[in-house]
Amino acid sequence: MLGYLVRRLIQAIAVLAAMSLVVYVLLGLMPGDPVDLMASGDPKMTPADMQRLRALHGVDRPILERYASWATAALQGDLGWSRSFRRPVLEIMAPRLANTLLLMGSALAVALGIGLPLGIWAAARRGRLADQAINLACFAGAATPTFWLALLLMMVFAVHLGWLPAGSLPPDGAGPLEVLRHMALPVATLALVEAGIYARHMRAAMIDALAQDYVRTARAKGASELRILLVHALRNAALPVTTVAALGFGGLFSGALVTETMFAWPGMGKLIYDSILTSDFNMALVTLLFATLVTLLANLLADLGYAALDPRIALDGSDGRDG
Amino acid sequence: MSIARPALAAIAALGTSLALACLAAPWILTLAGIDPTETDLLNRLAGPSAAHPLGTDDLGRDLLARLLDGGRVSIVVGLTAAVIAATIGSVLGVVAGYFGGRFDAVLMRFTDGVIALPLLAVLIVLAAIDLGKLGIPEEIARSPEAGLARIVVITAAFGWTTVARLVRAATLSLKTRDFVRAAIALGASPWRVMLVHILPNALSPILVATALALGEVIKFESVLSFLGLGIQPPTPSWGNMLTNAQELIWTAPHLALWPGLLILATVASCNILADALADRLSPRGGARPSS
Repeated sequence: MLGYLVRRLIQAIAVLAAMSLVVYVLLGLMPGDPVDLMASGDPKMTPADMQRLRALHGVDRPILERYASWATAALQGDLGWSRSFRRPVLEIMAPRLANTLLLMGSALAVALGIGLPLGIWAAARRGRLADQAINLACFAGAATPTFWLALLLMMVFAVHLGWLPAGSLPPDGAGPLEVLRHMALPVATLALVEAGIYARHMRAAMIDALAQDYVRTARAKGASELRILLVHALRNAALPVTTVAALGFGGLFSGALVTETMFAWPGMGKLIYDSILTSDFNMALVTLLFATLVTLLANLLADLGYAALDPRIALDGSDGRDG
Repeated sequence: MSIARPALAAIAALGTSLALACLAAPWILTLAGIDPTETDLLNRLAGPSAAHPLGTDDLGRDLLARLLDGGRVSIVVGLTAAVIAATIGSVLGVVAGYFGGRFDAVLMRFTDGVIALPLLAVLIVLAAIDLGKLGIPEEIARSPEAGLARIVVITAAFGWTTVARLVRAATLSLKTRDFVRAAIALGASPWRVMLVHILPNALSPILVATALALGEVIKFESVLSFLGLGIQPPTPSWGNMLTNAQELIWTAPHLALWPGLLILATVASCNILADALADRLSPRGGARPSS
């Protein structure tokens, strides 16, 4: 177990290190460099000044050399300054992270709240009309572009009906009800798209569980159909779905990028998007790496959770997860 | 899964006719005498009429004509990227599964890494990089063709990993089957075994993964184009037709409805096709990816 954990953590660090190099190089290939951006704000700057600035800030050095010095500083805890906010990157990130967690956590809860009962219902009525309708809805949900769903919800609830604000955080000091109203549309967008995925996984897991011997035993004992469904089958079917939920939590990060941007929700996703578009290199680099780290940890948690919940799975030695 | 056969067939028929209509858009539009680029400034944001069945956009262009033309772009980009991804994935998957060893280990760690990426954010970075800094001449880097090629390349570059995983898994199981061992015993070279004996039998996971990849690519293309980083106007695509729609939701909500509906229908058709293929081609449905 410990060996497995250590191996996985080393792997995660390796992926993160590789990712940092790749992103560093890619961001270096974006149009312009920091000195161009400085020059665009100062019309009096001459090419000779720019050359001096490039030498001063080391922008003229080869990219790998620059990466090495960035990585050295980052390992010592110095993640640099944000160009557009003129503050340390971490200072900007912290409140955004809290906003994203609020949004993602609520969306995950709503998605599970819709998806799991639908999945159970579909499995119980396998092949009947309810099952087929739920299935079709899941296909539609999986195929819906998030940005379009956001647009539709905005159009209906914010523009036509005028019931809800089109996202964004309310001004400081607003009551919890006001925050909820602002969260409603972005949470609905994320949750509707995710719910279908959970419903499909729940349905598949329930159908597997319902085919097991212990369900037949329970039926033979005379347990009610509802009890079989919710006690005998659900407890076993919950296992694979837990893993999917953990994976989904990591995945909500990139889904939240579009949703947060469209609803002007000041979270990590919007921060990533804005920092890429405004060439805020340090910010883009750190936020992208952070999002990768979250997904890696979510994957690891999913695997650990699976092993903890299912005594039949051993993580040591040949775990066969490559298959 | 268990969507009733008639419903499935209806959806597949809808998706196919939609795709065919889009691919044939240039000829249909020439025959009908409609030019999707023709602007009519006196007739902007008009509702449905006999001349414009779905109304017009903010420059007075016919919405239906633009939807067909934009669909052609979206579908061609999606198909090209999906086929490239399937080819790369099949080759790497079969080689990794057949030879195993270090190459296999590296490939699997690499696909693990790709799964952990905040994919959309990485695609945004890739869509924004300056091709000029890669040594590509300015006039080529700025041409519309380069924009299309860029979308194909970056979506294919991340789309192949699912195919590779599925093909590798299929190869691992096929490798131990008698007909493959017989071919090896008869002296067939590894390449011949992979090409003639293993790949044709791994066709069903390849097709399933390609159909799924097609849907994914169309979705990624649409979101990138929507954000203004994918296919650039005046070339229409379903994604970039929605970019303007966001500002016009007060005045012209119909502009926001149609492109999104068509993306939804196309992607759903791809997923349903993949699902039906998985059910049909593998009786136990073993090779189906979980999401």
